[in-house]
Amino acid sequence: MPKLNLNREEMPRQDPKARGKNFSEVALGYSFEQALGEASRCIQCPKPLCMTGCPVSVTIPEFIRALREGDMPAAAKALKMKNALPAICGRVCPQETQCEQVCVLAKRGAPVAIGRLERFVADWERRQQEAASAVLPEPTGKKVALVGSGPAGLTCAADLAKAGHSVTIYEALHVAGGVLMYGIPEFRLPKEIVQADINYVMSLGVKIELDSVVGKLFTVDDLLKDGYDAVFLGTGAGLPMFLNIPGENLNGVYAANEFLTRVNLMKAYRFPEYDTPVKVGKKVAVVGAGNVAMDAARSALRLGAEVVYVIYRRSRAEMPARHEEVENAEEEGIEFRLLTNPKRFLGNEHGSLVGVECYEMELGEPDESGRRRPSVKPNSEFTIDVDVAIIALGTTPNPLVAQTTIGLDTTRHGTVVADETTGRTVKPGVWAGGDTVTGAATVISAMGAGRRAAADIDRFLREK
Amino acid sequence: MYKILFKQTLLPKIHLMRIEAPKVAAKAQAGQFVVIRIDERGERIPLTIADWDNKEGSITIIFMEVGASTARLAALNEGDSIMNFVGPLGLPTEIEKFGTVICVGGGVGIAPVFPIARALREAGNRVIAIIGARSKDLLFWEDMMRTVSDELIVTTDDGTYARKGVVTIPLKELLERGEKIDRVIAIGPAVMMKFCSRTTQPFGVKTMVSLNSIMVDGTGMCGACRVAVGGVTKFACVDGPDFDGHEVDWDLLAARQRMYIEEEKMSFERWLAKHAVTA
Ligand SMILES: Cc1cc2nc3c(=O)[nH]c(=O)nc-3n(C[C@H](O)[C@H](O)[C@H](O)COP(=O)(O)OP(=O)(O)OC[C@H]3O[C@@H](n4cnc5c(N)ncnc54)[C@H](O)[C@@H]3O)c2cc1C
Ligand code: SF4
Ligand code: FES
Repeated sequence: MPKLNLNREEMPRQDPKARGKNFSEVALGYSFEQALGEASRCIQCPKPLCMTGCPVSVTIPEFIRALREGDMPAAAKALKMKNALPAICGRVCPQETQCEQVCVLAKRGAPVAIGRLERFVADWERRQQEAASAVLPEPTGKKVALVGSGPAGLTCAADLAKAGHSVTIYEALHVAGGVLMYGIPEFRLPKEIVQADINYVMSLGVKIELDSVVGKLFTVDDLLKDGYDAVFLGTGAGLPMFLNIPGENLNGVYAANEFLTRVNLMKAYRFPEYDTPVKVGKKVAVVGAGNVAMDAARSALRLGAEVVYVIYRRSRAEMPARHEEVENAEEEGIEFRLLTNPKRFLGNEHGSLVGVECYEMELGEPDESGRRRPSVKPNSEFTIDVDVAIIALGTTPNPLVAQTTIGLDTTRHGTVVADETTGRTVKPGVWAGGDTVTGAATVISAMGAGRRAAADIDRFLREK
Repeated sequence: MYKILFKQTLLPKIHLMRIEAPKVAAKAQAGQFVVIRIDERGERIPLTIADWDNKEGSITIIFMEVGASTARLAALNEGDSIMNFVGPLGLPTEIEKFGTVICVGGGVGIAPVFPIARALREAGNRVIAIIGARSKDLLFWEDMMRTVSDELIVTTDDGTYARKGVVTIPLKELLERGEKIDRVIAIGPAVMMKFCSRTTQPFGVKTMVSLNSIMVDGTGMCGACRVAVGGVTKFACVDGPDFDGHEVDWDLLAARQRMYIEEEKMSFERWLAKHAVTA
């Protein structure tokens, strides 16, 4: 057995000072030498645990082996076999709780940097001129409509197209990609990469109809009547939650969805060259500590805010964001106000935000989520001066589709009820997956759900 | 891309366009709106549907040049296309046989009132319409409104045409006339809707208004369009745009509409500077 190498290859990143002022990607990616070095650390376990940690079962040892043999086309092929969007996953998956957590080397504190290698291979492939054109099977003559073009929809579409079905995605917004386009910022996930992956899905013959709000322009029942043999709902969890405290409608208080949509989708960071404005303010408070909160805070910083606070009611250990992004945020100078929770927003006579009054919190016994429950410290109120606040508390599914579809079952959280292994809903001919079923989760779990649903839809269509 | 099939300049700053969008036309109902984006750099702007033509497959929009986006839109001509056109969004106006309904349209608000008045009339209501504008050169569609109302009252604030004064004066007279009024619909600038609601409140006549808050997606995703109705936060794009005027927090609406006033001014000035020749 070769000697274990426990030196994880660091990934080059933009200097924190410089990057706090631009929207270019923070992580720069491995060089070929770095990638080879990191790939050579993989000991090629006969029973690779990493694969079990991956929600779409990427054949990790296989692509790493090809990579270190220098056979890039083979590495890319192995990767794409299981993952239609590897350049995205390599960047945004929480590897530390998935593949890298179960890599045997993780026990020694230095798991193989699977995400970074995935990114490297996917980026290499994107730069090749002759995009590996997939060979498509004979058309089956079956038609499937997908609602929503986020990771769940795109993955489901790619798999169904590869199985020979005719696939059309209906998307409400003016671009495809879901959260990948409107939520996650350029500096973490360049839009060019998302576009390249969408182009790949379209190269498989998938049609994408933009500007199509299902539930308004037509209903799911209309689609079934109009000759679609199956419908998949990948509509995400796009409805923002608020704190429901006084002052929340003041000018300057944004839902993270609005702030990020203005910045990413509408390119407000290039106002007035682009028409959409956004208020940034000098002092910004972001409420919440997930990926969305980190993205909002780091965006505000890049737009010129002088101070950006992240206000979170629990402690650092409970922060749900990817570790790497918390580190990045901290390096860039984001200030964390932990064990703090807003009581109310304060406004001036024009209805604009001037501050947020907060409570100090303390942690008690673990709650049903297993995390220690925060409670208010009596008489601990204090005020932070801010002119913009961004609420990043999470999202629930938009009720538009469920409300307009006859016979769809939803939970009291508004999520669509679907079988976990097949994605089948209680309505015949309708499948669902991704955030709309689970509530806000991850890119890869949405992709996994899209894949499982595609397999079941394919089975259903063949039996039909 | 969505083609501009027809363009008519109704008044110097007010334009009508019929845009090719057959699927939207097939589903459109009175009171709904569309969100458009002119081009790659454009913002998403909501516009209420003024009419639709299922045969032609078109939606009619009417807009006033008030800022950079509407000026940019106005600069387009028949045969040009706009990049995005989404709809029909929002809940349709509640149409029933109420009895006698007063439909009030102020300024560009006359456009969305038209299909509502028509639908109400088709549903068997007696429709009294009041349309008003600041001045004669801002008043349009009097002829169209006449075709869908049993009685039509026209006002201009400055008295340059028809009755002098604001729309709330004839509204109050009608309410005092003693005839039973079963519902009022008021669409126009926020102040006008606010004062119409104030006028009808003592008479206890249900008054529906169409809230034109700032929007981005128009599908309930961003929360930009938050309004308070009866003390509860609502999203105008999906819970409305129609709400009970007696319950609306008008001050909040007015404040939120002013949120980007500086940015809008800057954009408009930038646009005007670039197009100095035409301006
Ligand atoms: C700011 C932000 C940062 C994140 N960071 C990470 C991260 O680092 N790592 C990670 O793994 N996850 C992250 N997530 C979560 C991840 O993005 C989501 O879990 C994932 O995108 C869900 O995929 P989906 O396909 O289910 O839905 P979405 O990506 O939400 O896509 C749903 C699509 O459906 C469309 N749609 C909705 N309703 C309709 C309708 N009625 N008609 C037509 N179309 C409709 C929407 O417009 C949208 O395009 C982040 C989320 C956000 C908001
Ligand atoms: S678990 Fe780690 S060492 Fe083993 S195959 Fe996977 S990446 Fe390589
Ligand atoms: S416009 Fe975005 S939620 Fe209403």
